[in-house]
Amino acid sequence: MVVKANVDGKQQTSTKMSGALMLLEALKRENVEVIFGYPGGAVLPIYDKIYDFGISHVLTRHEQGGIHAAEGYARISGKPGVVIATSGPGATNIVTGLTDAMIDSLPLVVFTGQVASSVIGTDAFQEADVLGITMPITKHSYQVRDVKELPNIIKEAFYIATTGRPGPVLIDIPKDIATIEGDFEYDQELNLPGYQPTIKPNHLQIRKLVEAVSQAKKPVILAGAGVIHAKAAEELKQYAEQQNIPVIHTLLGLGGFPADHPLFLGMAGMHGTYTANMAIYESDLLISVGARFDDRVTGNPKSFAPNATVAHIDIDPAEIGKIITTKIPVVGDAKEVLRQLVHQDGKRGDNEEWLKKLESWKKEYPLAYKPSEEQLKPQKLVELIHEYTNGEAIVTTDVGQHQMWAAQYYKFNKPNHWVTSGGLGTMGFGLPSSIGAQIADKSATVVSILGDGGFQMTSQELAVIRELNLPIKIVIVNNQALGMVRQWQELFYEERYSHSLLGNQPDFIKLAEAYGIKGMQAATTEEAEQVVKEAIEFDGPVLIDFRVVPGENVYPMVAPGKGINEMVGVKP
Amino acid sequence: MKRIITLTVNNRAGVLNRITGLFTKRHYNIESISVGHTESEGISRMTFVIHVEDESGVEQITKQLNKQIDVLKVTDITNQAIIARELALIKVVASPSNRNEIYSLIEPFRATIVDVSKESMVVQVTGESDKVEALIDLLRTYGIKEIARTGTTAFTRGTQKQACNMKNISIV
Repeated sequence: MVVKANVDGKQQTSTKMSGALMLLEALKRENVEVIFGYPGGAVLPIYDKIYDFGISHVLTRHEQGGIHAAEGYARISGKPGVVIATSGPGATNIVTGLTDAMIDSLPLVVFTGQVASSVIGTDAFQEADVLGITMPITKHSYQVRDVKELPNIIKEAFYIATTGRPGPVLIDIPKDIATIEGDFEYDQELNLPGYQPTIKPNHLQIRKLVEAVSQAKKPVILAGAGVIHAKAAEELKQYAEQQNIPVIHTLLGLGGFPADHPLFLGMAGMHGTYTANMAIYESDLLISVGARFDDRVTGNPKSFAPNATVAHIDIDPAEIGKIITTKIPVVGDAKEVLRQLVHQDGKRGDNEEWLKKLESWKKEYPLAYKPSEEQLKPQKLVELIHEYTNGEAIVTTDVGQHQMWAAQYYKFNKPNHWVTSGGLGTMGFGLPSSIGAQIADKSATVVSILGDGGFQMTSQELAVIRELNLPIKIVIVNNQALGMVRQWQELFYEERYSHSLLGNQPDFIKLAEAYGIKGMQAATTEEAEQVVKEAIEFDGPVLIDFRVVPGENVYPMVAPGKGINEMVGVKP
Repeated sequence: MKRIITLTVNNRAGVLNRITGLFTKRHYNIESISVGHTESEGISRMTFVIHVEDESGVEQITKQLNKQIDVLKVTDITNQAIIARELALIKVVASPSNRNEIYSLIEPFRATIVDVSKESMVVQVTGESDKVEALIDLLRTYGIKEIARTGTTAFTRGTQKQACNMKNISIV
């Protein structure tokens, strides 16, 4: 793959500079607007250059917070998140974030410091085999052996992180490399013979798919985050409308297709809608776009679309046939593929009966919960947030029950408004990712919906929110439990609540105030309505402790090991 | 089923680690690995013998390997006309009285004696895995002190007889 990069059309002559300066120059060339990082011994030379280079740097209070913020930034901006961490513990602290970004395909370029080249391998102070540790959790990784290689490595890293199926790329920089001077050249062509992502789909497969659609009586589209990465929301809508095919989203795909569109059936999977799951179960043609058949989507794969011809559109050929046998494999970029499908303007299938059936299911089995006049229901809370933000907020979540309620009841109509940890299910993701999300879109209303458990995993990042005065609305769905664990213990472990009830909690309001952030509380629906309204209107960060009904469960649900046609709790 | 997969890779630090790490991560079993330089500078060839359950298993391995940036080419050559060779050194207990017997035994295998001492001899044999296996079995009766095997290395023959029967699993 050859990439030409002529900056402003000018022929750049190389100049001598230190490795640290090269790094920052390269970031400038890549139009990086912010670094999320944390200094330390091995990256001191880099931080010395950051001091007066004029690049924005966010000092998170933990490296994990830094990388999650970068993920939030990448998710909203569609641009790569950039992270710097020091060697040893700095680097091992970003392992969770790297894994999270890898499994959710988020573009990150991560720099880690390393001990000086001369002492690598001697168990030096703050030395860790970062390359070895991170190999399986990065799309690619480098250790810089010679400062001459650095510009090319950074250029490759940005290219690899952002093209094909996006992912995190790590560059490990020994301390001496950052101080040694070398020639800086950034207009070189990249030479990556082993990396050539397929963008344009095979025409034969497109024709097969068009043919299959024309024959199908019960087609559905399952759209994942690939649609959002490819910026293909518009094309998806055009295609679904042109062919009159209903659309279902995965958790990470939410917002790729408007939730208020008549063809939208909701989210699929463990806590998806009845209609979405049953539509997949009964379908005769399943068109998956940029989704990877995660087990939380498929349930028992044997009962997943058992009667359907499966067409799988994915930029990563390795995803095709990995879980579900695929009849029509289409390798390519979702935008490109959907555009070609729209262009083909194939014959619509005869699916009127099918759409009628789906419509009746939607009416008969909507998402629902038992309302309460007095107590605050978590589902109601999400509905209130949706109402008072006009459905236009950027929502970030942690992992667990509140995440599922947010996915179910916040109806996303636009892409790049939903930030959640899907594949890895990382607790502690929600708060720091909201920092990156707000930085990526400074004018947006960002609501960070968190559980009381996950919030406490990365609550130190409140300091950053205060420092940068980011007007994030921090919503703690406080049920005094690790709710999803508690729910599973109730349902599958005979109500033996082993270490899932949080008996001793800090006063969240005082905690917020200790960081200089406005703290509020609500315990009833009425209070909640008032507080949500006030918080959204408040100019600045605010944290609200919502005392929701403890013991509420997320429904409907596909129990583990069951098929998606065996949902329980469909009706409250 | 046993498959022979060859890769050409960039000869960079850690590349073997990347490949074996991928096998571990995806739960694939490796029977043998051999690695060495190719005719092109900076490019190495790896030959893996692996066990997989079915065709889709091989397809997954091939695709996952292809995703590695340092992997240039992946080929499952099991069903092609190939030359596959392995070298084994076998130290077998041998006294002056039965040396001749061992000599005559290894001859049909075109194996050679590369070292002799008072109590033992070292037999060197080259060939496909089955042949090496057969010779080791025969020598076992004399008492084997040590075995060192290289693992299979392989490539395709210049002429492919059954080219039309090859199953193409590429979907790109």
